[in-house]
Amino acid sequence: MSNDFVQLSLMPLAIGVLACIACALLGNFLVLRRQSMIGDAVSHVALPGIVLAVILSGTLDVGPMLVGAAGAAIVAALLIELVRKVGNVEPGAAIGVVLTTLFASGVLLLEQTDTSKVHLDVEHALYGNLESLIWLAGDSWGSLLDPQALAEIPPQLPRLAIVLVAVSAFIAIFWKELVIGTFDTAFADSIGARPQGVGFGLIVMVAVAAVAAFDAVGSIIVIAMFICPPSAARLMTDRMPAQITWSVVFATLSAVFGYILAGYGPLWIGATSSVSAAGMIATVSGIILGIVCFIGPKRHGIRGAGALSAAPAE
Amino acid sequence: MAIDNNPQLVNPQLVALDCVASAHGHPESPLSISGLTVSYGEKPVLFSVDFVTPKDAMLAIIGPNGAGKSTLIKASLGIVPRISGDVTVFGEPYADVRHRIAYVPQRASVDWDFPATVLDVVIMGLYREIGFLRFAGRKHRDKAMECLARVGLESFAHRQIGQLSGGQQQRVFLARALAQDADLYIMDEPFAGVDAATERAIISVLKEVNAAGNTVMCVHHDLATVPEYFTHVLMVNVRKIADGPVATAFTHENLQTAYGGRLQMGQVAQFAATGS
Repeated sequence: MSNDFVQLSLMPLAIGVLACIACALLGNFLVLRRQSMIGDAVSHVALPGIVLAVILSGTLDVGPMLVGAAGAAIVAALLIELVRKVGNVEPGAAIGVVLTTLFASGVLLLEQTDTSKVHLDVEHALYGNLESLIWLAGDSWGSLLDPQALAEIPPQLPRLAIVLVAVSAFIAIFWKELVIGTFDTAFADSIGARPQGVGFGLIVMVAVAAVAAFDAVGSIIVIAMFICPPSAARLMTDRMPAQITWSVVFATLSAVFGYILAGYGPLWIGATSSVSAAGMIATVSGIILGIVCFIGPKRHGIRGAGALSAAPAE
Repeated sequence: MAIDNNPQLVNPQLVALDCVASAHGHPESPLSISGLTVSYGEKPVLFSVDFVTPKDAMLAIIGPNGAGKSTLIKASLGIVPRISGDVTVFGEPYADVRHRIAYVPQRASVDWDFPATVLDVVIMGLYREIGFLRFAGRKHRDKAMECLARVGLESFAHRQIGQLSGGQQQRVFLARALAQDADLYIMDEPFAGVDAATERAIISVLKEVNAAGNTVMCVHHDLATVPEYFTHVLMVNVRKIADGPVATAFTHENLQTAYGGRLQMGQVAQFAATGS
């Protein structure tokens, strides 16, 4: 492959893959716990927190952004409780109200901010800036062995690599607790597997992954990756370890094919410019889910609760 | 509740135990609760329930819908918060003796589409035995298979749990409880929605477990089978209505009190074979 590839595409591709895998791994548990909405909520409410942090600190450093996102998450949790109690509405509705309000206020904040100082706008929030994460110093494959060139790789890459390691470690260490707590919370509680604590840890990891991925790839990918690869993986297998593996495969396929299609797809059909890589990656993950819905071997897996009573008698 | 003070209903032995009850509860009793009050919102679901489970009992917890039977169990195990009340398990705080209890929630409380095989679920019962940061080994799989054999499901070990009938799913839960090797088995409606063959299979395993010197508590709905299946009964309807051996506590009057007008007189006469 050409040296252009290393300079222009290698880093965005690697960052996209890392972000997709980190989110998909956690998404497996969110989907099975019927908490997909929480991944959605966390990545949305992070926006006003991140914008405020960027305004106050004047930089795009990840430190202030994480603090801002965490602050926003806490405010959101309190608001959700408040809306639920005072408004007397169901939790799902409370989440919906709070996340849209906070996200919208984040968009307004963004519009009113002087974006000349820092590069952050609504498009950035939704689609990230994957294509711009180029590696100027990486002029050939040999640069991968050159410490000087390596020093100039986009900071998003090591950041997401660390997040992916942390997410993998969290799932590996608390595997039994996560699985038992997801399947049967009351039983998990009775044997001391601490389902509430592990559930809280899961949400914290979701927030960390969402915020780390947000800067590089935007919230569209984050939301898509929490849901599409795990849902497609569920249709491929009836076992948890295999589902995790399939979700990683689908996340990687989405990132790679999405990136390539965004860059070259429009040229193939005669268009002159490429399209958003983040948007295309999310689209590909949805297409994969759509295909698997028709050909997945374990399609019986996802069905309504009514099927329980229809289960064949002995 | 005047009925609580009815001398006929109070087991003298339990009264004696009450007197020695201290911060450590009843050392002999598998599950001893006092002053248990639980509320969802403003309405109390359980109000000031005192109960000492006799050792080696085969106990039915009965009462009308919404009487707080499941809540009594969940609050005792710390799964739902209690407003007040002390609970001891074999004389110790529950958190210190979790390994001596096997709890089986209602079958409908979990999602059976979960990507797990029958064997996977039974191995969950070995959680404490396997230990933190470790995975199930051959030894654990063998033990889980033995438990499956006891409920007659060894040939279903590698099926996804959603492919089983309701009765088979309930037996998977029972096998998971057996894997826990507990001294006290607490089952929430083990016979709900199961076929007659499964009900016989489950009760025979539970009687085996009980005969081996373990205590079994079941939230139970079918009053007709109480005398046949159980040795002791606890009747609740927000408050405790009565408790004791089936022969003395499973009476006309107690059933009337517990169920109010919801049971026809004929039904009461039919169920309470040992009416006073």
